[in-house]
Amino acid sequence: MRNNLDIKLAFGVMALLLIMVGFVQSWGVALAILNLCLISAVMSMGVNIQWGYSGLINFGVMGFLAIGGLATIVVSVPPVNEAWAAGGFGIILSGLILFTLITSIFYVHRKFQSKYKNYLLFFLVISVIPMMKLAAGPSISAIESIDAATSGFLGGFDLPIILSWFVGAIFAALVAFIIGKVCLDLRSDYLAIATLLISGIVVSYVKHEEWLTRGVKNVTGLKRPVPFEVDLQNSDWFINFIGFLFKGRLSKVTDLDEKIILLNDLVMTSSSIFVKLCFSVIFSIVLITILVFSEKALRSPWGRMMRAIRDNEDAAKAMGKNVVKRHLHIFMIGSAIIGFSGAMLVTYDGLFTPASYQPLRYTFIIWVMVLLGGTGNNYGAILGAFVVWFIWIESAPFALFVINALMSEVDNTNQLKIHLIDSIPYFRYLMMGLGLLVVMRYRPKGLLPEKIINN
Amino acid sequence: MDFLNAIILLANYIIVPGLTYGSQLALGAIGVTLIYGVLRFANFAYGDLMAFGTMIVILSTGYLQSLGITLGFLPTALLALPIGIIATIILSLFFDKTVFKYYRDIKSEPVILIVVSIGVMFILNAIVRIVIGPGDVIFMDGARFIMKAGEFKKMTGLNEGIALKSTQVITVITTIITCSILFYFLNKTKTGKSMRAYSDNEDLALLSGIDPTKIVMYTWVIVSILATIAGTLYGLDKSFKPFAYWNNLLPIFAATIVGGIGNPLGAFYGGFVIAFTEIGLTYAYKKFLVYLLPEQLEPSSLVQYISTDYKFAISFAILIVVLIYRPNGIFKGKVI
Repeated sequence: MRNNLDIKLAFGVMALLLIMVGFVQSWGVALAILNLCLISAVMSMGVNIQWGYSGLINFGVMGFLAIGGLATIVVSVPPVNEAWAAGGFGIILSGLILFTLITSIFYVHRKFQSKYKNYLLFFLVISVIPMMKLAAGPSISAIESIDAATSGFLGGFDLPIILSWFVGAIFAALVAFIIGKVCLDLRSDYLAIATLLISGIVVSYVKHEEWLTRGVKNVTGLKRPVPFEVDLQNSDWFINFIGFLFKGRLSKVTDLDEKIILLNDLVMTSSSIFVKLCFSVIFSIVLITILVFSEKALRSPWGRMMRAIRDNEDAAKAMGKNVVKRHLHIFMIGSAIIGFSGAMLVTYDGLFTPASYQPLRYTFIIWVMVLLGGTGNNYGAILGAFVVWFIWIESAPFALFVINALMSEVDNTNQLKIHLIDSIPYFRYLMMGLGLLVVMRYRPKGLLPEKIINN
Repeated sequence: MDFLNAIILLANYIIVPGLTYGSQLALGAIGVTLIYGVLRFANFAYGDLMAFGTMIVILSTGYLQSLGITLGFLPTALLALPIGIIATIILSLFFDKTVFKYYRDIKSEPVILIVVSIGVMFILNAIVRIVIGPGDVIFMDGARFIMKAGEFKKMTGLNEGIALKSTQVITVITTIITCSILFYFLNKTKTGKSMRAYSDNEDLALLSGIDPTKIVMYTWVIVSILATIAGTLYGLDKSFKPFAYWNNLLPIFAATIVGGIGNPLGAFYGGFVIAFTEIGLTYAYKKFLVYLLPEQLEPSSLVQYISTDYKFAISFAILIVVLIYRPNGIFKGKVI
């Protein structure tokens, strides 16, 4: 295992595996896995920029994903006019108050010179919540009471959902700016814990502020950048297209009624595949664009500086590099990419479920992807995302297969066998843990280690 | 009379739950801090270690109950506790030998150890969910209440009552006993002193002939005992749910850092600081103020700083404030 894996070979094997899933299970499943692999690859590239390029440990991935998801709501959902009329003013007012408070906190922190400075800061921070409550409280209850079962929130701006991906990135970068200002000078292990906890705060905000996100009631039926299956099934060009595509199979059927039934069937199945394929194309474009830019950045003087800071912070400081500022920038850039992918994820799912944001699934799995694939290497991060997501999905059928093979003689009513089959979803955690431990032990730099760039 | 009522109200809704929750956090935080002090990394697998210990306790409780052995008015789980502790010790030592020892020997950075502990976390997570399932398990038996609110009211003739659940009393008493033994061990015995020396300065400790393998082993043993006790107490008080144990890791981390990471006494106080701020800030003081203030001044709102939805967020916010102003914790950290 000394020589490194070939990038092309690794990705070739991955593609082969996905094609195999297509033949064995179905093409819909294979494309669904591929799409989530692509989204995860964007996420893991964001983490890789923070951890691999500059050694910042960010366990707040979940929070930035949630912020990206929030952006899709704010941008794409049609506005609820009654809600705006009832409480829009209070919300805007409280937003302004929040903004002034935050800027004054930063101002006091930077410019104020007094021995009471810390007390003043403390007072300002403490006063944020009551002030917000005072300003927005009545409006919030007014908004939430309007049509609570179906709406009960402000809605958004009714813009195309693709725009929300960029807005999600900007939101995430802004939040990363605030978090970075506060936390980035902490020691590495403190930074890990602090970002983990802050992402907890972000998610509990998204989960409980119903006027903004409907909270646990979820927002469903989001827009899409691609056509809906139902529209496709009713459009003539798609039916003609399918008829053209499966001409051979259709011409074998002579009976006209059977022909129509078969065509209907084909249109049904291929419409969902077509939609997934459209998503795959868009996601691939995003992934490749980000990959190209981050590879360029890595090879630029900027990338060289980041690596210098990562490898020896003191030396970089001595060379006159502003380490704190560079760290803040890279924290914002990485978080923006994560926020972007969070919006992509919600767009693909078509619904926003704040309660589904769990650190295990949305922070640590992404980290496993980066560590397994290869820190500091973008191709490695992408490969890690593909491998981990593939294992994550396929470990359940695999575990079922193993259990059945091992206990083939045991009766199907055996308590142990039933129990094991019931707990199949949890075998994926076991595989993640074992995979991470094995890679960390025997290939600590990941499957595709960072390449030394001589420039 | 109103004044007494107000005090009782606070005792019932803030002091008693705060002491219970604080004890659970304190026990957990001492474990995290010990690992940090001796092995020098933040162990993300700790919440799942607690869940594992509790799971063994639950399984043995079930076995004991099926044999007809109970503890009368005390929960049977207390009898099963030693079994859980032994199993957890074996598990910890196994993971130390197979996983952590290698990184200790090559002197990895703390970040690498954090990542490795996440791997262990995934494995423990899977084991617990495969063995006992992700659902709620209630394994409390014996007497539920020591004193009911109604009885208290009848006894004193006040409007407000204090309800004392037996689990709350058991939690506080067990915590006091465990912590007393632990601090006696750390401060008075030779092994405890050598542990502190090792945590304070590894090289000097090695020079004075302290055996690091023994120190590491003792640490895992103590940590496993604390994790199992803390987990079982939490499970008795609320209920056992693997995911809740993972969630509890976050306030435990907060308590550890607030108290000064590496400092057990600090972690002990940190647990109570977190617990009381969480409960104190989410409690609605309206009724309390109604008792105390004259009628004209009675508040119309709930007088609640922040809604209970943000219970966890408060501990995180405290942590961040502490990290900014006193990065070493309220009590100075890094020394056991």
